[in-house]
Amino acid sequence: MEEVDVEPTTTPIPGFDSNQKHLGFVWGPGDILVYETIYKASGGSAGGCPFVHEVRKDEDIYSPILRKLFNESHHIFVGLQRIREDLPSKNKKPQFVSISKNYRSVIRACMEELQQVAVSTQDAALATQYGNQVSILLAVELIWNLCEVLFIDAAPAGSLVLHLLDWVRLHKADVDEKAREVLASESPAEHQAYWDVVISYVLQGRMDEARQVLVKQATLQPAARAMFKLLDNLLMKMPIFNPGETQTLTEFDVKWRHWREEVDRCLQDQSFASNPHLEDICKILVGDEDVLLEHKELLSTWYHFLVTRLLFSHPTVKPTELHYYAQSSMHMFLDTRSVPEPLDSILLAAFEFDIHQVIKDCSIALNNWWFVGHLTDLLDHCKLLQSHNLHFGSNLREFLLLEYASGLFTHHSLWQLAVDYFDHCPEFGRVYLELQIERVPLDTERKALKVIRICEQRQMTEQVRSICKIMAKKALRNNRLGSALSWSIRAKDAAFATLISERFLQDYCAKGTFSDLDLIDNLGPAMLLSDRLTFLGKYREFHRLYGEKRFSDAAKLLLSLMTAKIAPRSFWMTLLTDALPLLEQKEVIFSADQTHELMFCLEELTSEKSVPNPDRPMQDEDIETTKIELLRLALARNLAMAIVKEGTVEV
Amino acid sequence: MVVKRTALSKDNRISIWSIGENGVSSMDDEFEGDPQLVCEYKHNGDVLDLQFLDQDRIVTASSTGAVTIFRHHHNSQTLSVSQLWERAHHYPCDNAPCTGVVCNSPEIVTVGEDGRIMLFRADQEGVLRTIEKADSSAIHAVTFLRTTEILTVNSIGQLKLWDFRQPGNEPSQILSLSGDRVPLHCVDRHPNQQHIVATGGQDGMLCIWDMRQGNMPFSLMEAHTSEMWEVHFHPSNPDHLFSCSEDGSLLHWESSSNSDTPSFLQGGRNTSIISRSAIAPAGGNQSLINAWLTGDSSKGHLETTHMLPSQMLSVNSLDVLGQCLVCGTDGEAIYVNRHVPI
Repeated sequence: MEEVDVEPTTTPIPGFDSNQKHLGFVWGPGDILVYETIYKASGGSAGGCPFVHEVRKDEDIYSPILRKLFNESHHIFVGLQRIREDLPSKNKKPQFVSISKNYRSVIRACMEELQQVAVSTQDAALATQYGNQVSILLAVELIWNLCEVLFIDAAPAGSLVLHLLDWVRLHKADVDEKAREVLASESPAEHQAYWDVVISYVLQGRMDEARQVLVKQATLQPAARAMFKLLDNLLMKMPIFNPGETQTLTEFDVKWRHWREEVDRCLQDQSFASNPHLEDICKILVGDEDVLLEHKELLSTWYHFLVTRLLFSHPTVKPTELHYYAQSSMHMFLDTRSVPEPLDSILLAAFEFDIHQVIKDCSIALNNWWFVGHLTDLLDHCKLLQSHNLHFGSNLREFLLLEYASGLFTHHSLWQLAVDYFDHCPEFGRVYLELQIERVPLDTERKALKVIRICEQRQMTEQVRSICKIMAKKALRNNRLGSALSWSIRAKDAAFATLISERFLQDYCAKGTFSDLDLIDNLGPAMLLSDRLTFLGKYREFHRLYGEKRFSDAAKLLLSLMTAKIAPRSFWMTLLTDALPLLEQKEVIFSADQTHELMFCLEELTSEKSVPNPDRPMQDEDIETTKIELLRLALARNLAMAIVKEGTVEV
Repeated sequence: MVVKRTALSKDNRISIWSIGENGVSSMDDEFEGDPQLVCEYKHNGDVLDLQFLDQDRIVTASSTGAVTIFRHHHNSQTLSVSQLWERAHHYPCDNAPCTGVVCNSPEIVTVGEDGRIMLFRADQEGVLRTIEKADSSAIHAVTFLRTTEILTVNSIGQLKLWDFRQPGNEPSQILSLSGDRVPLHCVDRHPNQQHIVATGGQDGMLCIWDMRQGNMPFSLMEAHTSEMWEVHFHPSNPDHLFSCSEDGSLLHWESSSNSDTPSFLQGGRNTSIISRSAIAPAGGNQSLINAWLTGDSSKGHLETTHMLPSQMLSVNSLDVLGQCLVCGTDGEAIYVNRHVPI
């Protein structure tokens, strides 16, 4: 039995007394249905409260703002899948980086919108909910950005620190706010947050901005001008690795060491002794960890501390050495007694380049599969995931995408996005889609048509049939025979078409007229779907011909219906009865041969009925016999007239 | 403030959006600024069709079979329900979706999957007229041909003409494409010439019909690769036609009767279309031949342009007014194009 990674969360069911009752449950695609009951080992279980509760893990898909996230990321996902496989990988990297940036900008856009709504809403509970979602999205974007820097962009030593600096700057925006506040004030140099701003800039490696703010102080203290000039100089001269230039890493390293020695000398010379702030800055420049730790509140996170440390002590750090510094930074920064938060362990795993651990921890911490699904898919495209086969055959990427898409399918309108995700899961996607697509609720014809279109595009004929059958049955239940027939024709379902044609014919026998003439008259080639349907169409044609007084054509058709065995036996009586008016006409319509055939049909029919049926009431028997006698008489008379007519020679 | 109608099919709310000033044309950017939500209101069931009744009122057709009139209060920028016909369309056991609504103030005509045609009058409680069993299959769309005549299309590919002046439940005329009974989903009439009608159906073909003659469409054009959901003539410049489809494309058709090649349309990509004219135009009155009814393709010229980027989910609905085009997709997005070249 696998051990559980984290303690499962408990969700209390309202109104449920666990002392007296048991809880019955059943799994759904994205939720659980629970009900109260008392389970007995033998005998039936007693009922209890009549309520059924639905417990759902993922509330996010029902959030109107987050839905944009799902829609936009679907668009990006589909675009990613279509990147051509045959491009050489060095051309693909910038594409992947830009796709990663697209995903991140979508997350940011959502975050901003949520933030706006959280601030403007009146409802306190809603505001907290939105606030929570914003912080989750912030964390998600932080992790994604780090993964982009470390895994997708895979910056080498030198640029690595610069990218990490960008990463930190992006996620610590309050510095700019504070700076604005300070600079906008009347006397910036005397603002209480002044030195915080300067030091924050230095900690983030933003030397130019730091210098600009320092100038304000320098002008106030002309006496110490030399000191300020010296620091300004040091800040200006700090070497920054430029990957575009021809300078190699070792050259940069040499330059940087020179500069560091210079700063160290200034410290040793006590040049900044008179101004403790300036001395602090100088110590930071040298990478003094104790001083860095003194400014914990300005750094606020251990990863900021890590990056600053790297900037000032090991700017040429290699990706493989990162994890060592990451771990030590975390230990130095955090209180040793406090338990690391999930975010911290995820980031640490990222610094250790343990992609699987990152994905695993994120899956546990977040309540839906959006983030891990898309990130894993992107990493898989970058060929960074080993084919880590799970127990049931599919790989990690596919597993996560399947879970994500299954969750989407339960939503009444996001299910269409899920279809594309299933399409791009080669192993099990199709099977999942086949199972899920049949369960989409079909309230309108338009929705049914969309679902059918999706199935037809993927050659899922079984599902097309089953959906058409559902729609046809629904129509039949509401006595919409025309609609039902339309659906069975679409599904090419001969059996159902036969059933419906029977209903039509029954209606005709009962009422004497056809309903839905506009449908039957216009069957077209669909008539051939089932024999009964063909008969229906032809029978209606017979009526039409009769109505147009084209008696000979009508007669021929009628006869062919019986002789070609298109008409069901049960209907022959009706057909023969229809023939009566034709036989009674003054003009001879049926030829002798035709009359013979009719008589033959009648005999066939009556020979079957020779055994009297005890169940049938006497009245019906009488009617039957009368009809048969009438027919016989009419046929005989017609035969006589036909023989005479055919035997007559025109003189 | 320009207020556009949107058909939000899956979202069960009806919303009014403002897309900014009509007169600002300084920027070349097609999509200047996002549409702003002005007000919205909960709607029971999916909105399958909606139309403005007049300046303040909007009629919606719901998947629950209800027909609702909403009133937009300009002062307070709110929406409220002004009138509701709950079970305008229904089956004996279930609800039947109401699939189409068309207005000619104050009359409202609705059609539904139950095959009924209902005629209402705004501000009057009851039903003015019901045509029961108008159709044995679902009716998908309706439009006015003349003030007393309407056209409906259904799921067995028939275009039926109904005259309200005549009693009874029979259509005056039934037109259909013989052969395949392809369901038709949308219909629209030429704004100036009342005999020209365009329809679109399940196979994505655009058909132009001449109501004065024949049972067959005048011309058939391959337009889309799957169902065409809506087709609209431009109300003031009817040489332009717009159609949108399940395959995620929105096409802008421009016909011109002179032989000069039209000026190159900006944006999108041009596609050549295959035009199959069924019959030559009727003799006599040649001067009234419309660009859409030109049998000889060398005399007329038809250009199509894709208005949206590719890889979209289905475009369910569109509307056009002046130079502004709005459409909604299954990706829960609304696209607004304010500089349609017409």
